[in-house]
Amino acid sequence: MATGTEPPDTEPRAPGGGAGAGTRAAIAVPHLRTDRWWLAPAATAAGLLAFIVYSTWRAFADADYYAAPYVSPFYSPCLAERCRTMHAGPNADLFGSWWAISPAIIILIFPLGFRLTCYYYRKAYYRGFWLSPPACAVAEPHRKYTGETRFPLILQNLHRYFFYAALLVAGVLTYDTVLAFRDPHYHWGHMGLGTLVFLVNIVLIWAYTLSCHSCRHIVGGRLKHFSRHPVRYRMWGFISRLNARHMLLAWTSLFSVALADFYVYLVASGAFDDPRFF
Amino acid sequence: MSSYEARFKVWRGDAQGGALEDFKVEVNDGEVVLDIIHRLQATQAPDLAVRWNCKAGKCGSCSAEINGRPRLMCMTRMSVFGRDETVTVTPLRAFPVVRDLVTDVGFNYRKAREIPSFVPPPGLGPGEYRMMQEDVDRPQEFRKCIECFLCQDTCHVVRDHEENKQVFAGPRFLMRVAELDMHPLDAAAESGLDRKRTAQDEHGLGYCNITKCCTEVCPEGIRITDNALIPLKERAVDRKYDPLVWLGSRIRRRPTAG
Amino acid sequence: MSVVDRQEWDVVVVGAGGAGLRAAVEARERGARTAVICKSLFGKAHTVMAEGGIAAAMGNANPHDNWQVHFRDTLRGGKFLNQWRMAELHAREAPDRVWELETWGALFDRTKDGRISQRNFGGHEYPRLAHVGDRTGLELIRTLQQKVVALQQEDAKETGDYESRLKVFQECTVTRVLKQGNRVSGVFAYERESGRFFVLEAPAVVIATGGIGKSFKVTSNSWEYTGDGHALALLAGAPLLNMEFVQFHPTGMVWPPSVKGILVTESVRGDGGVLRNSDGKRFMFDYIPDVFKEKYAQSEDEADRWYDDPDNNRRPPELLPRDEVARAINAEVKAGRGSPHGGVFLDVSTRMPAEVIRRRLPSMYHQFKELADVDITAEAMEVGPTCHYVMGGIAVDSDTAAARGVEGLYAAGEVAGGMHGSNRLGGNSLSDLLVFGRRAGLHAARYATETAERPTVDEAEVDSAAAEALRPFSAEGPAPGEEDGRPPENPYALHQELQQTMNDLVGIIRREPEMRQALQKLAELRVRARRAGVEGHRQFNPGWHLALDLRNMLLVSECVARAALERTESRGGHTREDFPAMDRAWRRINLLCRLTDPTGGLAATDPVRGQITLSRETTEPIRPDLLALFEKEELVKYLAEEELYE
Repeated sequence: MATGTEPPDTEPRAPGGGAGAGTRAAIAVPHLRTDRWWLAPAATAAGLLAFIVYSTWRAFADADYYAAPYVSPFYSPCLAERCRTMHAGPNADLFGSWWAISPAIIILIFPLGFRLTCYYYRKAYYRGFWLSPPACAVAEPHRKYTGETRFPLILQNLHRYFFYAALLVAGVLTYDTVLAFRDPHYHWGHMGLGTLVFLVNIVLIWAYTLSCHSCRHIVGGRLKHFSRHPVRYRMWGFISRLNARHMLLAWTSLFSVALADFYVYLVASGAFDDPRFF
Repeated sequence: MSSYEARFKVWRGDAQGGALEDFKVEVNDGEVVLDIIHRLQATQAPDLAVRWNCKAGKCGSCSAEINGRPRLMCMTRMSVFGRDETVTVTPLRAFPVVRDLVTDVGFNYRKAREIPSFVPPPGLGPGEYRMMQEDVDRPQEFRKCIECFLCQDTCHVVRDHEENKQVFAGPRFLMRVAELDMHPLDAAAESGLDRKRTAQDEHGLGYCNITKCCTEVCPEGIRITDNALIPLKERAVDRKYDPLVWLGSRIRRRPTAG
Repeated sequence: MSVVDRQEWDVVVVGAGGAGLRAAVEARERGARTAVICKSLFGKAHTVMAEGGIAAAMGNANPHDNWQVHFRDTLRGGKFLNQWRMAELHAREAPDRVWELETWGALFDRTKDGRISQRNFGGHEYPRLAHVGDRTGLELIRTLQQKVVALQQEDAKETGDYESRLKVFQECTVTRVLKQGNRVSGVFAYERESGRFFVLEAPAVVIATGGIGKSFKVTSNSWEYTGDGHALALLAGAPLLNMEFVQFHPTGMVWPPSVKGILVTESVRGDGGVLRNSDGKRFMFDYIPDVFKEKYAQSEDEADRWYDDPDNNRRPPELLPRDEVARAINAEVKAGRGSPHGGVFLDVSTRMPAEVIRRRLPSMYHQFKELADVDITAEAMEVGPTCHYVMGGIAVDSDTAAARGVEGLYAAGEVAGGMHGSNRLGGNSLSDLLVFGRRAGLHAARYATETAERPTVDEAEVDSAAAEALRPFSAEGPAPGEEDGRPPENPYALHQELQQTMNDLVGIIRREPEMRQALQKLAELRVRARRAGVEGHRQFNPGWHLALDLRNMLLVSECVARAALERTESRGGHTREDFPAMDRAWRRINLLCRLTDPTGGLAATDPVRGQITLSRETTEPIRPDLLALFEKEELVKYLAEEELYE
């Protein structure tokens, strides 16, 4: 029988033969899609690239990241001696004076690692940058493929540790948002446009962080019997609903964190005056 | 009822070779691609080979690639195409072709055998099984699978790399591992089989790079990646990359989760 | 003649649906080396289409339920024509068969206390159907498929070969059961993909090929349902029983045309869906027959209360047995109160919140959304009767599932007759598959392993089977006794004519002149079918496959038409306009179809007289303790005077 269960008697083809060769239907073209399949990976790549360019500039700028009461999320917590003093703010001189470059680098490792190993972003950059695959049923240009079985991609399995770190970072950013309810003279009970930007950002950061697949697993997904853990089951249900929007939250929180930083930049550099509500 | 003449390109041939053949064929209101293929059979190409059964999206036989996208022919309405659009139908491109639109899907049946079956809990007889709905919800989603093998076809791990067929079970059968691992009464762990570990060590879970094409093509709307593959990856991490668990297992034998 | 590959097995199962796989599992577990042959891929059998559930009196939803109640319902549904012993075994053993599935990994929907949930269905007194949403058949087939794989894994561990004791031959068709004398010796089959012939030698053959729906135009059945098993048994010399009883499911899709006939599950009504005509009236209240008057609600209020309080209210008439509902819909459409596309309205949108509909009827929601662009949570479905199931089938021994008249031949599932009488209740087919699939496998294995001397396959028989199968390729040449130069017939066109004939002339409502006309037409088609010719070669050639299946459909269609003409009453799945009432005298009469030519040949028969000979048989009286389960007043409606006082 052709669809038998005996092992195939044909020679396995050379690696990277793609979908057209060997005993498969002889179709030479790498794909027959007629829709604009390239749009999604192109847009993803463009979006990610734009963020990379922006964040690289801002992370290495080492300037205009604090305008009381706002601290840029890229620089929070700020852990080197060279940090600007932030009144009751998230800075602690853990690294001392030997740290000679932008203090953003110290802390950005964590959110970067979190997003780099995130199950959604992995899909996004595997498709958008690595073209593996560029789109469904569109041949990828690589001869060999080993997925996440080897170094370095096997490190993607560390996602949950970055998630733990991201929880801490989100905690600090929450603290920053609370501090944003002050005025430039550190008096409590005030709000400006920046406070609103921070508020939106922190909500999205939390939603994105909690909607993480690792979080979903840790909270309840790893259980075999939900019925024996009703509280964790409810939490899992909540996280699952968030998780269904993980992609949306990944993009909106990426945008909002850049926006929050850019807002601080505008105010700190004097290009824009933070409108105060009360 | 309005009907029109549509242009079709259908791949015809076998393992020795073949090509896209042009057809002009009548299309009526409410028809699906499979209807058109049947009309071709009945009027123009009586020996056109095609697999089909239920014609209602329940058996998963009529898998093919329509305009380059893996789909069920019986669930692809002609109304999604423009009247002047040429509709291209080819066999699944990840499997050896038998003839025309029929491919050898034996790969999937071989992989199915490599997944150790459900292990009944010792000490429970027929009629004594008690399971809560919230516990069976997860595996039930996976059991909606109609085995159309569109996910296996679209997955680039094997579609673009024939050599990976040896080591990679494919989304459908990794989902089967997840289903059994989430089955509230599966006693594999008690019998010494660690499905979490073997998912990665024996069934190639690490090859999956979660690019979600399996989920995109699933005609049953099963969220294969989010609900089966990623949870399975996380379970493998529990076993293999969690230092706390690793340390714990050195000190004392931990009971399985839950 | 080319050399045909031969293999030896103990038991060959033809068909890999629920009954076939259950039989194969049983036979293998009893130590018989078992081969399964199926026309489709493994796991695609028509059983996946079953939606509602498996009827088994487990009493999980209502503790009053037990096998006696189930037996009673089954007999009422079948209008007392059932082989009572089969109905008894079925009702007794169904719960064990369902529970057994759980130990193989099946995951049914659960009750609050973690047992198998059971739902209401037409004709069942209590909620009785074990189910998984509306995809129970898929769960059943997948569970059995995975059980087969589990057994193969065991064998591989022991012998190093997955297929040493249980092998599935996918996409192969059996065209003949081979015999030595009166004993089965094996089967002749071809691979659909390569066209290669092969013979499986075995002392026992289980036929589990399902039904005959593809002989009708509007049907819920897939292409596989060409009556292969019925024909194989006839050709092997076994009789078919009560072939006039064909169930038309009341609710099939009617629009768009390309999906006409596709099933709309009865669960829609079990869960609260109601039928309305174009005037918006719930017409089923007008169609409750006398025998069911006490069992069904007389007002909409009472019917609606039943869903929440079934103990104190009677069930809605939408849940009458299928034959009643199908006839009612037919009558409404004929009276001009139908829906725009010639059906009636089935509405859940006004009965349940959208969320509940999507959860409880997910595949129905999906099916209408995708195929008809209808959102069933917002608008009514249009439905009409569709050919669904054949109650008639191979006459078998109730306990062993052995076919009558041929040693070593067994039958289970839809292809076997008797169990359902004149009308099958929803949910009883899946349980039938399991109960009698197991029994067939058990007894086939026992027979095969105990048989001392294996029958041998005769070379000449193989050669003539091969010649018969190759005939369509040489159809261009002038057939003996016919004038030269006539072009070969297109098998697709012949098939369409056959479907139209059966649909129009031997359909849901039958009349004598029409059935005579149908027999004429069948004779004509039979002559033309001998000239059915195909192009191309033997490799996966659907035209050729259809040409071969035509033989089976024509044989079975003739059985249906002849038996329907003979039975001058209306009962269950057989409705005569000229004899509209049920006749108690007919209750004890079974009609048996046999091949006129006892050698199993087809060529020699006179085309007009036909190939089928009909005979009557009086059934064995129902066992007194089973009769005692019914009230005397009820029995009076069904049983003849002399039966009552025996």
